[in-house]
Amino acid sequence: MPEAELILEAAGVVKRFGGLVAVDRMDFRMEKGRIYSIIGPNGAGKTTFFNTISGLYKAEEGRIVFNGVEIQTLTADRITALHVARTFQNIRLFGGMTVIENILVGGYTRLKQNAVQAVLRTRGFMEQEKRAEKRAEELMEYVGLRGVGNELAASLPYGGQRRVEVARALASDPWLLLLDEPTAGMNPAETEDAMHLFRRLRDELGISILLIEHDMNVVMNISERITVMDYGEKIAEGSPAEIAADARVIEAYLGRGAAGEAAGGAAGEAAGGAAGGAVESGDAAV
Amino acid sequence: MARRFLASCNRGATPYWLTGAFIAAGFVFVYVSPRSIPAFLIFVGGASLAYFLRLKKPARLAFAVVVAVVLVPILGARNIFYLEVIFQIAVFSALALGLNIVVGFSGLLNFGYMAFYAVGAYLWGFFGSQQPFLLHAIPGTVPPGTPFFLAPDWFYLFVFLGIIVAAIVGLILGLPVLRVRGDYLAIITLAFGEIVRQLLNNLDKPLNFTNGPQGITPIQKPTLTPEVVAFFNRIFGPLVGRPVTSSQFYDILFYLIAVLVVILVVIVTFRLDDSGIGRAWTAVREDELAATAMGIPANRLKLSAFAVGASFAGAMGVLFAASRTFVSPESFTFLASVNVLTMVILGGIGSIPGVIIGAVVVTILNLQILQSISLWLAQLRQSDAFIPIINFHWKDLSNQLDPSKYQRLVFGIILVLMMIYRPAGILPAARRKRELKGHDDETTGENNDA
Amino acid sequence: MRKILGSDALREILLPLGRMAVFVVGAGALFSALMFILALVAQGSGADKLLHDTQNIGIVAYTLSSLPQVLIDGVTLGFVYAAIALGYTMVYGVLEFINFAHSEIFAVGAFAGVEFLILMDKLGVLAGASPLISYMYLAFALAVAMIASGLIAMLMERTAYRPLRDAPRLVPLISAIGVSFALQDIIRLVESLTTGQFYRVIPTFGNFDERVPLFSLPTGGAPIAVNIQVKSLVVIVAAVLMLVGLSYIVNATRIGKAIRSVAQDRTTAALMGIGVNGVISFTFLIGGALGGAAGVLYALKFTRIDPFVGFIPGMKAFTAAVLGGIGNITGALLGGIVLGMLESFAGAYLGTFTMGRFGSEYKDIIAFLVLIVVIIFKPSGLLGEQVSQKA
Repeated sequence: MPEAELILEAAGVVKRFGGLVAVDRMDFRMEKGRIYSIIGPNGAGKTTFFNTISGLYKAEEGRIVFNGVEIQTLTADRITALHVARTFQNIRLFGGMTVIENILVGGYTRLKQNAVQAVLRTRGFMEQEKRAEKRAEELMEYVGLRGVGNELAASLPYGGQRRVEVARALASDPWLLLLDEPTAGMNPAETEDAMHLFRRLRDELGISILLIEHDMNVVMNISERITVMDYGEKIAEGSPAEIAADARVIEAYLGRGAAGEAAGGAAGEAAGGAAGGAVESGDAAV
Repeated sequence: MARRFLASCNRGATPYWLTGAFIAAGFVFVYVSPRSIPAFLIFVGGASLAYFLRLKKPARLAFAVVVAVVLVPILGARNIFYLEVIFQIAVFSALALGLNIVVGFSGLLNFGYMAFYAVGAYLWGFFGSQQPFLLHAIPGTVPPGTPFFLAPDWFYLFVFLGIIVAAIVGLILGLPVLRVRGDYLAIITLAFGEIVRQLLNNLDKPLNFTNGPQGITPIQKPTLTPEVVAFFNRIFGPLVGRPVTSSQFYDILFYLIAVLVVILVVIVTFRLDDSGIGRAWTAVREDELAATAMGIPANRLKLSAFAVGASFAGAMGVLFAASRTFVSPESFTFLASVNVLTMVILGGIGSIPGVIIGAVVVTILNLQILQSISLWLAQLRQSDAFIPIINFHWKDLSNQLDPSKYQRLVFGIILVLMMIYRPAGILPAARRKRELKGHDDETTGENNDA
Repeated sequence: MRKILGSDALREILLPLGRMAVFVVGAGALFSALMFILALVAQGSGADKLLHDTQNIGIVAYTLSSLPQVLIDGVTLGFVYAAIALGYTMVYGVLEFINFAHSEIFAVGAFAGVEFLILMDKLGVLAGASPLISYMYLAFALAVAMIASGLIAMLMERTAYRPLRDAPRLVPLISAIGVSFALQDIIRLVESLTTGQFYRVIPTFGNFDERVPLFSLPTGGAPIAVNIQVKSLVVIVAAVLMLVGLSYIVNATRIGKAIRSVAQDRTTAALMGIGVNGVISFTFLIGGALGGAAGVLYALKFTRIDPFVGFIPGMKAFTAAVLGGIGNITGALLGGIVLGMLESFAGAYLGTFTMGRFGSEYKDIIAFLVLIVVIIFKPSGLLGEQVSQKA
């Protein structure tokens, strides 16, 4: 099979904090237009890996290539300008700003205006503002928010805030979307909605999506490929079916010896995500 | 119940004649008893009603213009002190708005803000005086016949130069400094402010740039043709009651320039706030990390906030130097920086009207209220009065105790109380409500038909 | 479990003394060497010629002959700064908060001590007192100052800082500035109401102004006598005693261990049953007491104080704390000594080396520049900062 175009490629990425190696020689490749997941127990280094990709951390070693461009030395804002966007595990909305303003801020990199134009209120400036506002409203509709544009972001219920985060990330016109535990704290109905939204993002907008997830239901259902991390390393990679049956993965989650027990029940249960039954979503600190 | 009363004040035609009545009454009171503080407060209160009550835009504008261009100059001509107070309110409003961009919009605590003010002041102070010819003179001596370096009307150009030079200084200061964390940034800016003040104090040798602690004087004011003064007297003479002299008219002129600058500053600030840059500033203040992740170059934005804030101070500095005809390092101490900071904090960080109110309140406190307490104490000292229970005779009160000099106590208490009880300020910043489709929908959260 | 005079306690006393000696000798040697090299380089320059003309001495000889006095002044100043710096550093260690008002705690101590001595003077017990009695009264003044400052510090924490403990960092900082300003004027108010004076002068008593000869420097001509004022000796000894005492408390007592654990991780310390509020109050108490004592020592050395006396020494002491490593007690010590030396050297030599262009009036600017440079380029300081580990 000819190799599809790679949207993201990480080779030998290492991130250290003092003596702790949080990400240990990660290799990772992602094809365009897909939904991939990264899973692993708490502290496995998943969010750290995300942070290294999105530029909030600088990797000590390794290369990260996004769409053919090396990004491991770039700052986070430069990387976002290159069409990579992300959401956060603990929602980091700008609580004191309204929903629509949050989304507008997300679109900062696509705004073509400067301070002088703003002060003089030139026609070009007014057009940019109008366009941006229109786009923000469209994004609000797209993620399923309506009528809350002028509400303070912090006043929205949890599910609403998550949607705002996604809309905000979408405002920067990403080609790759990094979602850090997007369904954490959601009930099954909300989770269904979220999965539906992610599929739409891939199918309708052609956005590649990389998820960190703990909800095995989501992971098994939506991912085209799963990467498993533990102690900063990749311990397994493959399709959902392969991962569900992988002994090392089961051990990582359930402990040594569990592999043998679960082997019988895990085979053929790929779609159901039985292996994930023991692992719940929730606020996990990575 | 109070709320309903207040709401009824804001309906229909009530605001219009309420505002008009207050302004008219205030004007008459001040006209009749120029020294009365309550009269002044009624007048200022009336003017603020024009802002707060629900009036149509043309009416608001009309009130503002009448107050600013007609009423205040007349009152000012009758009692120059009031013009001084309003002039200071205007200057400090601009300063507070500038600091507001740095502290309020971007969340950068700058304790050395007066350094930018000093840059503007000494810019005109140096070039608008004889100082460039005195570089080799002994500090404090002026050889007879030393000319002024520039013609006085260069002042107007220097207002713009002040903006640019101060902005550049802001950039230079900001570049190394803005990556430092919040509380350290505060201390660094304080240190910088002190360094500037000490430099101004000591740069009278080897070359006499600043004339040291004595300051530079005289500094030129822009020229005033006699025709303009005559014109003013013809129109306003009968109302004022006596003709205005040239030097008194200067106060009116500077007041008008200051008001003009403040208006420009307000417009610029509003427009910047409601733009991509303004939103980016707010985002950086709320959560710098998330803002960076959204693609905002945080450092560059902090720099721009610094530069913009500095430029306002620079412009006002030039105005200050020309209006006083005298600059000295003593005007630019840490106390002065905290003065402006108190205005911002009292009024409401990030809130444009709040900050202006803060400037009004603090200036009136400093110039009028503390002064009158001082005067009252002085009168008590002359009298035979005493406090009964402890039998303390007022004339025994030390002369050292001068409330008009106790700004530190006032600022200190304001700052502590505001931080504990109302950190958002008297008039907290409100986010703008936009007209959006689906705005009137009752659903408050998700729409589940996605 | 208390080892009163066991080897542990002894170690806790000797170790800080040893550190102090190392810092003093090291900094002194470093600065002296630097100055000597500078002087060698400056031979033949305009400054050198000027010195030859006016004082008949070359720049190298001038530098070397002034060195002992400059070093002594540097040490004295350094210990005063170190004592004040400890207040900043300890509070930052437990709260990650710059107590801006610490400069006024220093001022309160200075005034408390000075007013006490003035009172004693009025009562007639100071004039003509023997040296021993004078030291006793000085010790009393120090005690008064320490109590006053310590209490004010605790009050400050309770009223203006504790309500803001969970607020974003800048909020308590602004509150601290407010307290600082308010205290300045409160001191002024109290002084105006009671004495009606702005400046207060410490009364002369005892043998503090005498000079104790140390040794003589041989030179080409007449030997130069190097001596030290008794007051400087007193300042140094008192400061050393306080610093050793503090080091002992922090490292060898239970409360000290509590302070260290709160500084490391407040939440866990609370979970371990440590009364965090009490520990924080105690930290302010000790830090304040030290600052207050430093105030009296400052008044002793510089004789005249006013309500705004705290601002500049406070900033310099904060610079010292950051220079050494904020939160790090040894760092405050090192930073204080280095800064004291720097200021002394700058004050003595700046004018001469620049031929009067930039004189000793720039020594304050030097301290501020050091602050800016350190914060920008090495915010963790020389010895590394010690603040709570955030996950």
